[in-house]
Amino acid sequence: MKRKSFLKGLLGFATLAAMPIATIANAQEAIVIGEINHYKRMAAFTAPYKQGIELALEEINGDGGVMGRPLEFIFRDDQGEPGEAIKIAEELMSNEGAVMLTGTILSNVGLAISSYAAEKEYVYLASEPLADALVWSAGNPYTFRLRASTYMQAAMLAEEAAKTDAVTYATIAPNYAYGKDAVAAFKDALTRLRPDVEFVAEQWPGVFKIDAGAEVQALERSKPDAIYNVTFGTDLAKFVREGTDRGLFDGRNVYGLLSGEPEYMDPLGDEAPEGWTVTGYPWQDMTDGPEGEFVAAYQARYDDYPRIGSLVGYMTVQSIAAALEKAGSTEGEAIRAAFEDLTVATPMGDILFRSIDNQSTAGAYVGTTTVRDGKGIMVDWVYKDGADYLLSDEEVMALRPAE
Amino acid sequence: MEFFVAQILTGLANASSLFLVACGLSLIFGVTRIVNFAHGSLYMIGAYVGYSLIQVLPGVVGFWGAILLAGIVVGIIGVLIEMLVLRPVYKAPELFQLVATFGVILVIQDLALIIWGPEDLLGPRSPGLRGVVRIMGEPIPKYDLALLVITPFVALSLWYLMTKTRLGVLVRAATQDREMVGALGVNQAWLFTGVFGLGAALAGLGGALQLPKGGADLLMDFNILTPVFVVVVIGGMGSLPGAYLAAIIISVLNVFGVTYVPQSTLVLMFIVMIVVLMVRPYGLFGREEVAGEHGQVGEPERPIKPASNKARMIVGAGLFLLALLPIFGSSFSLVLATDVLIFCLFAASLHFLLGTGGLVSFGHAAYYGGGAYVAALLVTHANTPMELAFLLAPLGAGLAALAIGWVCLRLTGVYFAMLTLAFAQLIWSLVFQWGDVTGGDDGLLNIWPAEWLKSTSTYFYFTLILAVSGIILLRHIAHSPFGYALRAARDSKRQAEAMGIDTARVQLFAFGFAGLMGGLAGALFVFAKGSVFPNELEIARSFDALIVVFLGGVKTLAGGVVGAGFFKGIEETLLRFEYWRLLMGLLIIFVVIAAPNGVVGSLRKGLERSGLIKAGDQ
Amino acid sequence: MTVVLETQNLTKRFEAIVAVDDVSLQLHKGELLALIGPNGAGKSTCFNMLMGQLKPTSGSVLLEGQNITGLKPREVWRQGVGRTFQITATYTSMTVIENVQMALLSHHRQVFSILPYATRKYRTEALNLLEMVNMADQADRHCATLAYGDLKRMELAIALAHDPKVLLMDEPTAGMAPKERVALMQLTADIVRDRGVSVLFTEHDMDVVFAHSHRIIVLNRGELITEGTAEEIRNNPTVQEVYLGGGTVFGSEEGAEHA
Repeated sequence: MKRKSFLKGLLGFATLAAMPIATIANAQEAIVIGEINHYKRMAAFTAPYKQGIELALEEINGDGGVMGRPLEFIFRDDQGEPGEAIKIAEELMSNEGAVMLTGTILSNVGLAISSYAAEKEYVYLASEPLADALVWSAGNPYTFRLRASTYMQAAMLAEEAAKTDAVTYATIAPNYAYGKDAVAAFKDALTRLRPDVEFVAEQWPGVFKIDAGAEVQALERSKPDAIYNVTFGTDLAKFVREGTDRGLFDGRNVYGLLSGEPEYMDPLGDEAPEGWTVTGYPWQDMTDGPEGEFVAAYQARYDDYPRIGSLVGYMTVQSIAAALEKAGSTEGEAIRAAFEDLTVATPMGDILFRSIDNQSTAGAYVGTTTVRDGKGIMVDWVYKDGADYLLSDEEVMALRPAE
Repeated sequence: MEFFVAQILTGLANASSLFLVACGLSLIFGVTRIVNFAHGSLYMIGAYVGYSLIQVLPGVVGFWGAILLAGIVVGIIGVLIEMLVLRPVYKAPELFQLVATFGVILVIQDLALIIWGPEDLLGPRSPGLRGVVRIMGEPIPKYDLALLVITPFVALSLWYLMTKTRLGVLVRAATQDREMVGALGVNQAWLFTGVFGLGAALAGLGGALQLPKGGADLLMDFNILTPVFVVVVIGGMGSLPGAYLAAIIISVLNVFGVTYVPQSTLVLMFIVMIVVLMVRPYGLFGREEVAGEHGQVGEPERPIKPASNKARMIVGAGLFLLALLPIFGSSFSLVLATDVLIFCLFAASLHFLLGTGGLVSFGHAAYYGGGAYVAALLVTHANTPMELAFLLAPLGAGLAALAIGWVCLRLTGVYFAMLTLAFAQLIWSLVFQWGDVTGGDDGLLNIWPAEWLKSTSTYFYFTLILAVSGIILLRHIAHSPFGYALRAARDSKRQAEAMGIDTARVQLFAFGFAGLMGGLAGALFVFAKGSVFPNELEIARSFDALIVVFLGGVKTLAGGVVGAGFFKGIEETLLRFEYWRLLMGLLIIFVVIAAPNGVVGSLRKGLERSGLIKAGDQ
Repeated sequence: MTVVLETQNLTKRFEAIVAVDDVSLQLHKGELLALIGPNGAGKSTCFNMLMGQLKPTSGSVLLEGQNITGLKPREVWRQGVGRTFQITATYTSMTVIENVQMALLSHHRQVFSILPYATRKYRTEALNLLEMVNMADQADRHCATLAYGDLKRMELAIALAHDPKVLLMDEPTAGMAPKERVALMQLTADIVRDRGVSVLFTEHDMDVVFAHSHRIIVLNRGELITEGTAEEIRNNPTVQEVYLGGGTVFGSEEGAEHA
């Protein structure tokens, strides 16, 4: 009896072990891309992103795939742990037959994969992480980044801020690298345009540990003309609620990095802040052109509206497909070379992966928030091309380690 | 002045949820001696349940009714947890229940995700309490004022319950002396269940009450856990007035910290905790722990002996097979095996402290991550060659452990554990905050091994040799006079001191040595991954090791390594499932109940019973 | 006769209570000296000061004329004072012989050595010690499984491991059956005779005291009220009054001291 169940178990194990091999054999033709993300830890962000990817894959494979072969993504969860992500990266590349890597939202995980990719000479397209270091101070030839970086988006807001006569600014940002980068970038970009501005307070709540009442009191105490906000998620919700209650935003210009993205705005419902200048994704108004087509296709496919993650996921696939076509091969070195100076037609318009720092010129939407039908949206928005908000070539060269 | 008053009011309002959750935890610990790590999860469920109830119950009455109901629902959930999960393990070794509560955390995380979905829920406003009141010209949200009234009311009710009712008398008696309550003819099991339910209800109430100031999200459980433990420890474990006072101290200090030292928010409460424990080793109102003073709770550990020749041959054959991995395994299998080996060494170093030393450290990641950071910092800032970094990383971690151990070893039991945790958090926040040197949470990158070690298979052999030597060394030292002295200090400090053993020094060296070996594991890790981030110093990392050591078996020499290998392997498999945390949590609870001596301990017992091995064989 | 251990005006106050009041006693070489008195008389306090667990408020403890007052327990032990506890304190995770080996390792200052296997060190010496207390046949048993009387004998072997000049035994026969008591005290008496050790012990059981001690000191309410041979003490009216005439004090601090 015991022996029998043991054998049964062994058999089950063998079947399990043989499974991945079978999968690969069936899809011999497919070009496999390894996708690593924080599916569990940041489910609200990764779900729309994954849907964007799948939409693009369906479209591309429906049109005959890439180089005549279907494109396939393998999605893996890293739990938001850099060490885990690296292990998965190796598994995807050496066991699952992936030709390149993509993914991550958290900058630290993105940086870890990027460092590993450079060491192992794997191509990595950082889709969503925003850290400037990824292409600048810690840049390497194997890492490319799709989304507009922290610096680019902060510079777009700084440009708007410079147009007002506000002189004193207070900042509030989560106490970690992204928050610090975002504040430093805004300060840098704004003082370049307006040397007379003064930063009178800097608040640094712990990520997702904001003590909103106290933060609002501290900001109010410094009596700034304008406020620059980097908090997001539950922190943003608490901050907006306390700030609105206590009248912090009355008569002040407020700039919110990413605050206009549906991922951040929607949970706030009718308590979304009004009159903030933000970067975000005003999909509601997109009816024509490539951006409108994407919104329509997405809504038709999923019976849900796109988030910024959906768009990024979609553009990730487009970029990878374009690079593969250009490379004409699935060899790592060929893909890497193809990404340099690669132009991709996306819902945002044509974007270019710059060969100087591997950063794409994808831009961002900047507008003003308002509440309509019990929901925060962006109005009076414009698309700002990322190419206009990057540091000068000399500065970039100085930042990037010699190759 | 106005500003000052407004700040204090904000602090007091913030103390509300913190107090409710903390006093529930303190109550549970006082009576059952369970360190309930699932308390944050109960708080989270309170928020979610409250949210859902408010959606269906209208108006002012509905709102407050929903909050009360949320407390009751969570109380019932607490009763279920106590009866299904904890009751079977009360007789298990000290702190084993803690592992069970960790399993509960994982289960609840996934259940909440399944029921309420991934998106953050913005808490509904309290009807009639939107907006602010001006006090001395400063705006104070009306709901803050409501909290200012509710908290003392709950605190007074609890005080009444504890001092004026029979239940309270029993609870207090149980806090002082559990056996006595049993002798009084009270059904101890039901008293425990009742207290656990009450504690859970308070946590649920705390979660629901904070809704109008925040909401419900899936990170709430861990986010509240640390401050709550800090509050309970500062107040004195088991003391309700202590929890109340500490919640206020922490909240008010935090408000001032936010204003005057905005960057302090990460570390402030840990510094307060360290200072308080230095002055009052059992918290503000805590009493010296009596439990566990004479040796270990539960069945005493078996005598140990060096592995038999047969066992050595089996292990040797296993290692030989492992050494063949580069020949038949893929490159990924090498990476995976390297990871597992590193984790085994890390767990073994903690096991040395926990098992052989009887010193429960909640902050062992400080030395693992510390070793990784020493190596990474040396390479980044001093261009240190890898070989030297490999030597200095364990030394640095060992020195840090000596310094921290020197302070922590003044305390015992849970307070010792909490102080190790506080220091680990302090190091974490230092690394996190000091971005210019440590890279903050963007970490340190490009820490790769020297040319001769670059290939995956060479690095695998390197890890194999170092990790296995480390584990063998740890094991050997357990058999050496020093290891025996360490066990002597654990079994009976009094007797050890009375036979000339300087137990404080023995334990300090053991702490340093465990830190050193943890640091070696950290160094192996950083060169394997090429980068290091503050999460290698986090509480979660300390608990990874803690859990596997307990599950493997604290009172067996092989427990740490076997637990690490076994559970790392299972995790690797489960991770491929969508709801792997649910499965992992259930598995942990299952192991805790089915194998109260850990995997190795229970296996040994089972084999002995079936006559396959002789009793006393290791 | 040579004095091995003595106290001079030893006093201990706990706030208002004087637990031990100006006690001067002497332990002679090769002597089996009993310290008796009702509950709360100050026996354990006295013991704890001798062993270094408590610091005296005033007065001193001399070992062979050397002042050892205020030394830590482990330092007192190094000076050549062994001790057994009222509530047995053993290393429950070890075998009988390992418990004894631990004491030998400490005696030979091997505690911080990490190279050899502990169980291979001083095994013969440990066996000899166990032989002396008739425990050699149980040497490899897990000490947590021992009968109480055997545990007490093992403790005696441990206390003798560093060949002490003085042995302090706190209620050595507490909790034992009458027959075992006699056997243990007989054993102790033999050891005193064979090894020239001097023993100071406290004891509740008067039969044990009168049967085995060479000399007896009586404490009451912290004060030394009399001393003498068994015969003298038995017939001493003061002692009789203390023990029988309502002089028994059930103080609370006595119990606390053992904790």
